[in-house]
Amino acid sequence: MNRSSSWAHEAIAVFAKDWLLELRTRVALGAVVLFAVTSVVASGFALAPPSGVPAEVKAALLWVVIFFAAVAGLSRVFVVEEETRTADALRLAVSSTGVFAGKLAFNAVLMWTLCAITVPLYLLLLEAPLRNASLLVIVVLLGSTALACATTAVGAIVAKATMRGALFGVLSFPVALPPLLVVIHATKAAWLSDNAWRVAAGDLQVLSGFMLVIVPASVLVFEHIWSE
Amino acid sequence: MKWQIVLRRVGKVFDERTVLRDISATITAPGAWVISGPNGSGKSTLLRIIAGLLTPTEGEVLYLYNGERLTARQQRQAVGMVAPDMALYRPLTALENLRFFARARGLSLRDSELLEWLEKVQLRPRAHDPVATFSTGMVQRLKLLTALLHRPPVLLLDEPGSNLDEAGARFIYQTVKEHAGHGIVVIATNDTRELGYGEPLIQLGA
Amino acid sequence: MNRTVQILTGIWVAGVTVAAFLWLPPAEGFRSPEAARIVVFHVPCAMLTFVAFLVNAVYSWKYLRSRDPLTDSKANAAAELGMLFAILATVTGSLFAMEQWGSAWNWDPRETSIVMLMLVYAAYFVLRGAVEEKSKRARLSAAYALLAFPAMVFLIWILPRIVESLHPTNTLFSRSGLDPKYRITLWSFFAGLLAVFVWMFRLRLRVEIAEARLRRQHRRDTMPEATPAGETR
Repeated sequence: MNRSSSWAHEAIAVFAKDWLLELRTRVALGAVVLFAVTSVVASGFALAPPSGVPAEVKAALLWVVIFFAAVAGLSRVFVVEEETRTADALRLAVSSTGVFAGKLAFNAVLMWTLCAITVPLYLLLLEAPLRNASLLVIVVLLGSTALACATTAVGAIVAKATMRGALFGVLSFPVALPPLLVVIHATKAAWLSDNAWRVAAGDLQVLSGFMLVIVPASVLVFEHIWSE
Repeated sequence: MKWQIVLRRVGKVFDERTVLRDISATITAPGAWVISGPNGSGKSTLLRIIAGLLTPTEGEVLYLYNGERLTARQQRQAVGMVAPDMALYRPLTALENLRFFARARGLSLRDSELLEWLEKVQLRPRAHDPVATFSTGMVQRLKLLTALLHRPPVLLLDEPGSNLDEAGARFIYQTVKEHAGHGIVVIATNDTRELGYGEPLIQLGA
Repeated sequence: MNRTVQILTGIWVAGVTVAAFLWLPPAEGFRSPEAARIVVFHVPCAMLTFVAFLVNAVYSWKYLRSRDPLTDSKANAAAELGMLFAILATVTGSLFAMEQWGSAWNWDPRETSIVMLMLVYAAYFVLRGAVEEKSKRARLSAAYALLAFPAMVFLIWILPRIVESLHPTNTLFSRSGLDPKYRITLWSFFAGLLAVFVWMFRLRLRVEIAEARLRRQHRRDTMPEATPAGETR
């Protein structure tokens, strides 16, 4: 069997299995979406009427909400394997790279789902300007993917430790901060600038660069996290 | 075909607690072997080390095929394991569990073939029920099935008969006998019945 | 580090400190020229924070390759010292900022990156506290350090372009205008502090090794023959 194609194969199997599990139990999705919706609604109440709130604040708030909602759910995919003691069977069947790739893909799709619900709701309730919708879609897509890339390996670390809930937030914040800052900057541009594409282009490059650095780094260390 | 597992001076220390010390053995196919010893003597730890799930602090475990050392991937493909600490995905059905392990291991088994496998362990009628609804014996049979799905030469069983009734135990015995005819079976147990399933390999102290 | 080097380090650091007040002229052009001397202490502290961060990452990488417990202790010692120097850098920086700009905190890119390093260290220590088994703790914290390292490098690189938009004119002090005497004192203090760093690092390791020896001794004393041995055939 070809080596490179086999980890992709494994990743697809893990990804499909995890979504099947998720759709049956809805643990991660439930936590993430409930958290996001409640915080968007709470922000709406707190800032009413939202018309007076500067767009900078709104952009930052949107991503703070998304980040903390992600913290509520992105470690689940590893924690569940350890809690239900299925991790060993997975370790025996699948290479660590296959596991990581599958879980990363799961988390990315989880983030996209989260954003697909949160961002429109946020735009609606907080009257955020929508100057450049297509740019916003790209920014959100790339930003949420970058957050998944930054925090997936951290989730694997957390799954092996105690006090997982609190730990994941503490550990993922520093790693997630660079993409978070950049994506807030880009969101602001999508909302405010007349030449939004030009302002955001640099940010999108930085986001892609971040993923190109953090994903290989994660793959390298993941083997040491995953195997005992 | 000549399969061999060589344990070379294996030791495991958790923090400052020595669990295993200086264990050497050579296991050659075909046959069944038993690792025995009281609770807490390190049977499960040793089996996990043999499976490659745990890295020993000292020494090493070598998988040899015709004298050639296997890569990590080949070794994973060569091992099937059943242990109390290795659970199946309980919200998924029996068939979904099999499907996942088959795909993950790169096997192209159709559903009809997987159902035939389930037939062999009398689980076909329950193929579409979540594992969470299964009895202990049914879960154990399904675990054994997932361990054998990729036809590994090496089968590792950690207390395979615990909590099983007479029929369940008989099923384990048959599987062990059958597998020991061509491959390697290593059983970790101190159940008097299971001690006789194979030749004594290692006896761990208290 | 032998005693002579230790004594020389002490004299050196004390000497540079005295020079910073007697030999170094007040920095004209700053709001409070006398207070600006703190720069020669502040900047080396900040630099050492980064040095410690690098040392921590290197030992973390080495640990994952070697799985040698002492290497893990080295990574941990570097992180502890990094935290110490990060606090020193933040405090001295805030004091200076109070004098210079009237507020202790300005969200300057450099300030922010030091604080982020503190957060990483804090997370690193929390993680170590959350894992009981030593080899697992070493493994997971090394992995975390190696994830946080590229993230921090990235952060330090991107911060100026992100934060610039908030603070268009932010000059900590212009390097070109720095009095050569300042440069000499600053680097001399850095050299002294680096020696102190190495000294503390070694002390910390000795404590660690002594602790491990005591624990082993204690184990032997309390349970003389509890270690199981495998009989093989």
